[in-house]
Formats: sequence, structure tokens, C-alpha cells
Amino acid sequence: MTMAPEEPKVEVPEGYVKLTIDGEEVIAPKGELLIRTAERLGTVIPRFCDHPLLDPAGACRQCLVEVEMNGRPMPKPQASCTMTVADGMVVKTQRTSPVADKAQQGVMELLLINHPLDCPICDKGGECPLQNQAMAHGRADSRFRDTKRTFPKPLPISTQVLLDRERCVLCQRCTRFSDQIAGDPFIDLLERGAHQQIGTAETAEIYDAASHTASGKPFQSYFSGNTIQICPVGALTSAQYRFRSRPFDLVSSPSVCEHCSSGCAERTDFRRGKVMRKLAGEDPEVNEEWICDKGRFAFRYATAAQRLRTPLVRNAETGELEEASWTQALAAAADGLAKARDGKGVGVLPGGRLTLEDAYAYSKFARLALRTNDIDYRARAHSAEELDFLASRVVGTTPETGVTFTALEHAPLVLCVAFEPEEEAPAVFLRLRKGARKRRTKVVHIGQWTTPAVSKTFGELLACVPGGEASAVEGIAQHAPDLDEALRAEGAVVLVGERAAEVPGLFSALHRLSERTGARLAWIPRRAGERGAIEVGALPTLLPGGRSVEDAAARSEVEQVWGLEAGALPGTPGRDVTGMLNALVTRDLDGLLVGGVDPADLPDPALARKALAAASFVVSLEMLPSEVTEHADVVLPIAPVDEKAGSFLNWEGRRREFSITLEGTGALPDCRVLDTLGVEMDADLFTQTPAAAAGDLARLAPKPTGSAAAPDVPNGHVPKAGDGQAVLATWRQLIDEGTLQIDEPHLAGTARPVVARMSKASAAGLGRRVTVSTERGSVTLPLEVADLPDGVVWLPANSPGSKVRATLGAGHGAVVTIAAGGDQ
Amino acid sequence: MFDALKGFGVTFSNMFKKVATEEYPEIGAPAAPRYHGRHQLNRHPDGLEKCVGCELCAWACPADAIFVEGGDNTEEERYSPGERYGKDYQINYLRCIGCGLCVEACPTRSLTMINFYELADDNRQDLIYTKEDLLAPLLPGMEQPPHPMRLGDNEQDYYVNGPELARDRGVPSGETVETSEEKAMQ
Repeated sequence: MTMAPEEPKVEVPEGYVKLTIDGEEVIAPKGELLIRTAERLGTVIPRFCDHPLLDPAGACRQCLVEVEMNGRPMPKPQASCTMTVADGMVVKTQRTSPVADKAQQGVMELLLINHPLDCPICDKGGECPLQNQAMAHGRADSRFRDTKRTFPKPLPISTQVLLDRERCVLCQRCTRFSDQIAGDPFIDLLERGAHQQIGTAETAEIYDAASHTASGKPFQSYFSGNTIQICPVGALTSAQYRFRSRPFDLVSSPSVCEHCSSGCAERTDFRRGKVMRKLAGEDPEVNEEWICDKGRFAFRYATAAQRLRTPLVRNAETGELEEASWTQALAAAADGLAKARDGKGVGVLPGGRLTLEDAYAYSKFARLALRTNDIDYRARAHSAEELDFLASRVVGTTPETGVTFTALEHAPLVLCVAFEPEEEAPAVFLRLRKGARKRRTKVVHIGQWTTPAVSKTFGELLACVPGGEASAVEGIAQHAPDLDEALRAEGAVVLVGERAAEVPGLFSALHRLSERTGARLAWIPRRAGERGAIEVGALPTLLPGGRSVEDAAARSEVEQVWGLEAGALPGTPGRDVTGMLNALVTRDLDGLLVGGVDPADLPDPALARKALAAASFVVSLEMLPSEVTEHADVVLPIAPVDEKAGSFLNWEGRRREFSITLEGTGALPDCRVLDTLGVEMDADLFTQTPAAAAGDLARLAPKPTGSAAAPDVPNGHVPKAGDGQAVLATWRQLIDEGTLQIDEPHLAGTARPVVARMSKASAAGLGRRVTVSTERGSVTLPLEVADLPDGVVWLPANSPGSKVRATLGAGHGAVVTIAAGGDQ
Repeated sequence: MFDALKGFGVTFSNMFKKVATEEYPEIGAPAAPRYHGRHQLNRHPDGLEKCVGCELCAWACPADAIFVEGGDNTEEERYSPGERYGKDYQINYLRCIGCGLCVEACPTRSLTMINFYELADDNRQDLIYTKEDLLAPLLPGMEQPPHPMRLGDNEQDYYVNGPELARDRGVPSGETVETSEEKAMQ
């Protein structure tokens, strides 16, 4: 006789409870929501308002289930998205309970009463949770015979986000996202009862006036695109993707954002060789499920009409650029570069937007084909101190050894120095806000004014004069002992941004602070390719893997891997960007090889222009016509990220690999172009494809960090403004006039207003507008009063009407002249 | 001897029977009135397009013969009542199998089939019909879009009052805008 096997006694671990769902016993951690426990068992309860990263709301009532506690059934079905598990609970979902099933059908019927039957013209059609769940859990027909509630549609709540209130099921995902995750509560529930609707400040007025236009304060957020993605119906749509395609037309490909150094996971949807939209991908380690609007909407630069698609060679007689074949152009480029190399030499400016593989090709090309260390990717303000800092504190750090997004969320204290998280790395800002909201992370900013990021991270501002950040950091021990104490806590983090290169002594002061307190230090650059470029040695002092060019042992290691003769690699550090530009002007350098560099980003655009004009031979690898291509002798077109494979290293040092999205466009990645150019110059780079370049790079294992000397530069003097002067504070806004944001009018409309900011005392007597000028030029902007230190003026660095570097030739910490700008 | 005469007899008798041969293409051979020939994109009585670019036809197509891209109507440039119109519309007749599922899928009765069947050509390119080829001809009273909505304030008026609007425009009772257009084609 066979015995029934004895029921194994399941031990319930500490902190867990045992309950029954659909007759199945399950152990769940305390505090887990019923809807998630059921999901782990494979039962999907329909839902609209529930989102794992938002706080529970119980707004849509679609997830009703039957619940029994201690043998007593609850009188009504309960919302499983707000109820947490309890010991001995017996839950019946729509699978086993006719009551729950009927309740869900009833809720669906109610939701559909006012929902228009406009699926054919709705952008969500085909990927709509409401459509899907109405098919799966709804009644076959409606009993509602009256007129549906209608609204004028669509209502533009910003230039990008369009609201269709008829379609809304009032799940409040968008309002909860804006309130909790992004901290931009410009959108909220209005009215009551049957008139309840989502709206913004000015739509409330519209509702009363019953007009159809929107004016006044729009829904302004850098994260508004996420509300479109999480909307479970088609109530929120984007102007950019409006009516462009259907989900079944689209081919989706996982990708990585090419804009900032966070390396957010994305999903790129394309149709017939054209990218239609980008959505946030899921990566709990990096961006969770959110991306910023720039990452989501700025991709049309790749299809811009002016994009370079064929090589161009300058005709020696006419002086004009003319289309040429690849063979001709490569031969001309190789010829000119070889001549310049054998003359005074060639400098290399790869730019900060390259993939790891492409940057490696530049680094190897400079050493092998051009036999020089004159390579510097930093197309921005830079300093020798920064170079030391990168070599000693940044190169070689990985998520295992360095600071990560998760570490930011769990840190007791985060100190941001010369770093504006929301503008420079939005994913970092979201993590800081999450940490501050959920885990009480204290965020302290050393900056100039209480920016939105400061208030939205519940942060504290230590205001200082631009350029005085180093002294402020030095003064922490003396003037802010509580902050000093907090920095000694386990897990405390210091974040520093690219602006630090403009403040002499800041990197040294931060290094000392971190040594003294034990706080971990992370550098967060603004561009996606910066971190990778350091790793592959696109710097005048570093070879791939953080090896110093002055270290003979490291050089011979690289020589062996690259198959060179001993002593083939130059052993003296090269020139940095400014050094190269100066050398070109003084004719100590002949040629220039330039990647994606805009002279207006360089510390001195006038010098850059002079150098480009003075250079005897310029080769430009570009995607779009620029000031560099105007001066170039040969222009070689290269592929945008969608048309090539590769990887970015994000600020954590995490490798963010992506494969090719649009195949067969014929566009070539930089590494392939440089490889072929190398062959023309008798140098084998072995970087024909990104995969080959990555393989070649992998043979040069990174050296452990800490071998290089840390920067030790004394604090520069704090700039002082005289009468009629002010010290300039400036950084870029996320949505501005960046080259990768061209052809995006809807996105540009969501940029923050372009205004100058000054303290109340300094702004007195200037009127409504202020003119900021240097001997190079002037910028006139509307003036807003903010809590800046006296004698300081803040300008957006690259926004319409305020191009600080290009117009003023000045940067953060410069002394500028202030005058009333007159009323307009 | 007798067999040969019998054979000629068959030939001779056929001379007096009705001729089954159709003189095509010189004279032409109209298909049955409900024949599923090439597609037509219909218009509202004022000439605005019925297509809203929803792509349901493309979705329904088992041969993947239809390409549609929607567009956004503006007050200045309006092609159909409502928010959305078909900006790009192509049917590839090298692929179309004439099944008519697209017509069934169309939510606005924009897409119908007329009995034109001469879909042969000597190159592939010409057999991809674009929106200009497929749009119904302008009947009297119709106006070439883009133009504002002439027959109502919103798209509801066009759909709810569709048959009456057609009568007002002189479409006889018992016929729709579509059938009268088919006749206009012949």
C-alpha cells in the first residue's frame, strides 16, 4: 500500500507570514502587498493605479479580491494593491472567486462608462492596459446608454505632454509620480465627483472659463515623459510620438542613453529604419524605471537634414569642401596626417561623447599612427589638477569598488560639490531624492543658490562665491563640525561635477577631505563618454587601463600587447586641450584630428577658432556640420549611437553595453574609420568593429588604482567683485542648445526659463533685466532674485540667448561687469 | 467519311451560337458589381478624408501589404475631421491578396474596394499605390483638403449625421457616398 507523503511542515522564517491565495499556501515577507504576492504565484490581478515604484493609492479599485481573516470573510472585496499580507489570511482572486471576478467586471464597466471609444486614433491602442484588461476581465457589452462625459481634447499641459481627460481613469499614477519621484507637483487632481479630472494650475482656470486654450504656468518637469510611459490609458501622450506609429509596427531594441554619464537603460523603438521613440528601460541598479526627458525625446539629431553622410575633402584650388569617396578621403586624410606628424606633430581632440571602443581607437591611433601623447578628450574647462585627480581617484573604479547609485540611496549623507544633479545627471538626482524621501539621506549642496534640485532633495545649501568652493570644502572642519562628523559616518559620499575643473584647488581639497573623513568620493561628469575615455587613455598622461605614460614598465606592457618594438611609445606626457590649441597657434603643432568637439564648449572658443584656422591640416570625424568641419581639410562622417554597437562606462564605472539598433545604414563607427585610416598610415589598430576594439582593450587589464599621485594644489584665491562687477556662476541646464537636442521643438519648449539670477541686494537698482558683459561680449537676460551670495550672478551656460562661453569667453568663477539691461 | 462531316457539323453549328469570347482589352469586361478590386479611400461629403490613419487595416492585413502613418490635424491644415489623419498611406498590390479584411477592420468606412481589377504592370514600383492613387475622386460639392470642417463643429457631427449629410449633398437614398463614387469611377 502506498502512503500519502506526509505534508512537509513549512517553517515560517522570522519576518515572514503564511497565507493562502487561491487555495495555495504561500510564505510572504511582512509588509508585502497582496497583489505582488499573488504575482509571485503567477496570478496577475488586473490593476491600473498600482506601480511597484510608487506608493500604494488604491485609486482605481480594479484589483478587488475576496479576503478572509481569522476565518471571518471581509464584508466587501478588498483592493489587493493597498492591503499587506497577514498571517492566516485567505485570499481568493478572480481565478477562484466569482465574487472577486464580478467585482472586477463591475469596476471595469464603471471605468469604461466615460472612456471614449476612440481606440483607433489613440496612441496607446495596441499596448493599452485598459484595452487588454477590458478584453480579459471586462463584460462583453456595456449597459450604459447615456451620453458620455466629454472634454475638449487634447489639452497641451506642456509643449511635449498632451492630456486627454476623456480617456483618463483617474488612477493618479502621473500625479503620484510627479509628487513622489520627480518632486514636480505641477499636475494634480481637480474638481470632485463626476467632474474629477487631472489638470494643471492653468487648466483649473480653463475649466471654469470653459475655453480650450492653455496659457500661463505649464507642467514643467525634466521627467514628464515618465508620466506618459506609466499612464495605463492614452490620457497622456507626447507631441513627439503623436500618431507616428502603432506598437505592432515597431521593432524594439534595448539601448543605453547617450546623453549624460548615468548610462540609463532605454528601449529604442524604430520603424522602417527610423527611430520613433525611446522609452525607459528597466535596470534596478541604475535608472530603475525612469529616464529624463532629454534621454527620452532627444534623438532626432541622427535624422537631421544636415547630417553628414559622405566624406568631404577640401579642394586645394577652390578651397571648398567637396564630396569624395571613402577611398579618396581616407587617402587624403592619411597623407595630410602623415605629413603633419613628420613635421611638428598632430594633436587629437576626441571629444567626450564617444563609446568606450571608439575612444580606445582614438587613444591607440594617437600613439601608433601619430606617435604622440597629444590627446585630450576634455572638450570643456579642464586643468592639470583635474588630470591628476582623474589618474589617482577616478580611473579604474568599478561599481564593486566605488560609489554606486544604490550607495547614494543608502548613504546617510551625500555632499554635492560644484555639481547640479538635476541638470547634469538626472538619474543621480532621482536617486538622491529617493534616498532623502525613503531613507532620510541628508543631502548637502555646496553651490550658489537653492536650485530646484536642492529643495527637491530636501537638501541644505552651503552657499559660496563661485570659485570659492575649495575654501568652502577646506572650511568644513572649522565652520560646519556637524557636517564633518556626518561625513565620517559609514557610507557617506561626496559627489563632484565637471565644474570643479574651473575651481583651482577644489579637487585637492576634496581629496584631502575624503582622506580625512573616510567619505567616499565620486566624480560625475556631464557627458556619456567621459568616464570611458579616461579608462582607455584618451588623456595626455594616461595609457589604457590607467597606466601612466611616464612609467616605463607600464609602457612596455602596452607595447607588448600592441605588438610594438620596445621604446616605441612616447614617454613624455602630451599637451592638454589648451596646450594643443596654443601650440597650433604658435606653429609648434601642425595637424589636428578632431572628433565630436564644438569649439564653443572649449574654455576659450576664440583660441580654438584661431587654432583651427592656424592648423595646417585638420581631419574631422563628425556627424553634423560644425565649426570644426568648416575648417577641416577632410571630413569623415561617423555613425550616431543608434547605428552602431558599443558601450559606455557610466560615472560608476559600470559597463553599459548596447548592440546596434538600426542595421545596414552604412554609417561607420569612429573605431572602424580610424582603423582604416591607421591602415593607410601603416599602423594596425585592430579596431575594425566595436567588438574587435573591445577585445583588444580587454587584453590591457586595468591597473589597480592608487598608483598615481593625488592632486595637491593650493586653493586659488576666492574671486572678488568690485563695483559694478559680479562673480559669474554658471552651469548648463539639462534642456538647452546642445547639439544633440537639435530638431526637437517640443522638447525645447519644456526647458526651464532662461533668466539671470542675483541676490536681492545685488539686484537692487538693476531693473527687470540685467546685462552681463566681459570685454568679449555681453548677455542680457530677465533678472530673477534668488538666494545667491551678494556680488554673484548666475547665468545658464548654453541656453537660447545665454551662451556664456561663446559670448563672454568666461566661465564659472570669472569676474564680469553688471549693468541694468533696460526694460523690454 | 461520315465522321469528317460530323466534325464539320460541330464547327458549323457553333457559328450560330452566342459568342463567349470577350474582347479584352479593346472593349473591356466589367467585373461583377460587388467584385473586390482595388481599394479606395473615401471622403466625407465635403471632401475631407475619412481615413484617420489608425492602421487597423495594416494590422488586419495577412499579407502585410498596407503601410500607414498617422498625422496630426491642425486648425490651419485639416485633412479629416478630428485630431488624426492618414499622412502616408500605401498599398502594395504585389502583396495584396484581395481578401478584404482591411475593409472589415476600417472603423470609419474609409477603406472600401471598388471593382477595378486591372492591377498589372511591368515594374514593381508602380504597383505600390500611394494615397494620391487611392483617394476617391472629388464629387460635386467636395473640396480638396486641407480645409476646415464644413459640415459640423467636430468629428461627432460627421459620424452621427453621416447619412443625412450624404442626402443633403445629393447622394440618392439607398446609396452611400461610397457606392456613388464607385459609379463615378466607371
